[in-house]
Amino acid sequence: MINTENMIKVVVIDRDDKRHELDAPTDMNMNMMELCKSYELPVEGTCGGMAMCASCHMYVLSSHEIGERSDDEEDMLDEAFFVEDNSRLGCQIKLENSLDGLEIKLAPVG
Amino acid sequence: MIQTDIIIIGAGPVGLFTVFEAGLLKLKCHLIDSLPQPGGQCSEIYPKKPIYDIPAHPFILAGDLTEQLMEQIKPFSPGFTLGERAEFIEKDDEDQFTVTTNRGTKHRAPIIAIAAGLGCFEPRKPPVEGLLDFEDKGVEYIIKDPEFYRGKKVVISGGGDSALDWTVFLADVASEVTLVHRRSSFRGHPDSVQKVMDLAEAGKITLLTNAEVVGVGGDNVLCSVEVKHKSDGLSHIELDHWVPLFGLSPKLGPLGEWNLNISKNAIEVDTFDYSTNIPGVYAVGDINTYPGKLKLILCGFHEATLMVQSAYKRIYPTKNLVLKYTTVTGPPGIQS
Repeated sequence: MINTENMIKVVVIDRDDKRHELDAPTDMNMNMMELCKSYELPVEGTCGGMAMCASCHMYVLSSHEIGERSDDEEDMLDEAFFVEDNSRLGCQIKLENSLDGLEIKLAPVG
Repeated sequence: MIQTDIIIIGAGPVGLFTVFEAGLLKLKCHLIDSLPQPGGQCSEIYPKKPIYDIPAHPFILAGDLTEQLMEQIKPFSPGFTLGERAEFIEKDDEDQFTVTTNRGTKHRAPIIAIAAGLGCFEPRKPPVEGLLDFEDKGVEYIIKDPEFYRGKKVVISGGGDSALDWTVFLADVASEVTLVHRRSSFRGHPDSVQKVMDLAEAGKITLLTNAEVVGVGGDNVLCSVEVKHKSDGLSHIELDHWVPLFGLSPKLGPLGEWNLNISKNAIEVDTFDYSTNIPGVYAVGDINTYPGKLKLILCGFHEATLMVQSAYKRIYPTKNLVLKYTTVTGPPGIQS
């Protein structure tokens, strides 16, 4: 049985502006890159989540508190394109209960 | 023409270990990789990261794993074609394949093992409209010969070591150098950062931080770029060359044109022996897909081990293969 206590909803807007409402478990040590991949949304996640590539670049549209970008994340965003103030690497957004209702948009890819 | 038993495309950990397992069966291997060094992602993306799921290594740095694998396969003296991308495949009437690289190097073998990971590493291209029209007409992703830029107006984009180093180098070569970077700090080596700052202060280069190239313009050849500034809108720069240096990312590339069955950027294989739909061509490691596939180095090692057994039977259909333990045969490559 799915424990709804550890399940949140997040919205991902893909590169064709299509909205995907996803169920996201918060007790599986998952991040947004992995969640997108598990729903087969077009996120590469080349390095597997080490903040060592920039292939899970996404924009945070909602006002959730996610925590500051680490130096590693900031460095890797240098290899991304169209970086905005709300740019994050999906692999660095850990799924937690406080992120219920999170809304993100996938950044364009090179 | 390089003749061998198995052409391995991709010199990452799984490609390297394929040499070992093939070597135990006395099959010779030659590896082709688009990167200039062996190790694949382990050396290109995360050499200093520890890996914890290699059996009998509580942890091992990815760079050390590569080194150890190179040591392990040394007795089998594999050949390497590095810095070249496997481009074309042809089959001849002797049931042998010829693989030709982008530089024209030809390799011939009865077996091909594709161990290409996520594909070959290629420069990341900014998604700027019209960019592709100016490739080699003012837009270059790699600086091959700095003399090419002598007396020219050059804009470099990026914040890593290659962007910084080339900015410093071209400052004395090009007539004008502008470095565009999306923020005010750089991730490159502190020495290089200081040099760039000094050059900017001395007016020898123009440094545009908190800025990004968002447009390209020109008639046939590149004449200008549009730069978006975080604070105050757009500016227009006249130039001869724009060099975006945003690192490398893997792309399936030419393998996608080899008539292999591809599913979601991976090559479909039969888990019996990791054969593809083309007899004699196998795929192992992250590049393949099958029900239950896990992209782990560990699984790639297993796949390579089974694959070479099948390759052997294809090369020597009448010979019976008996599994011999390395504990019995002694040091690999010594026995003949």
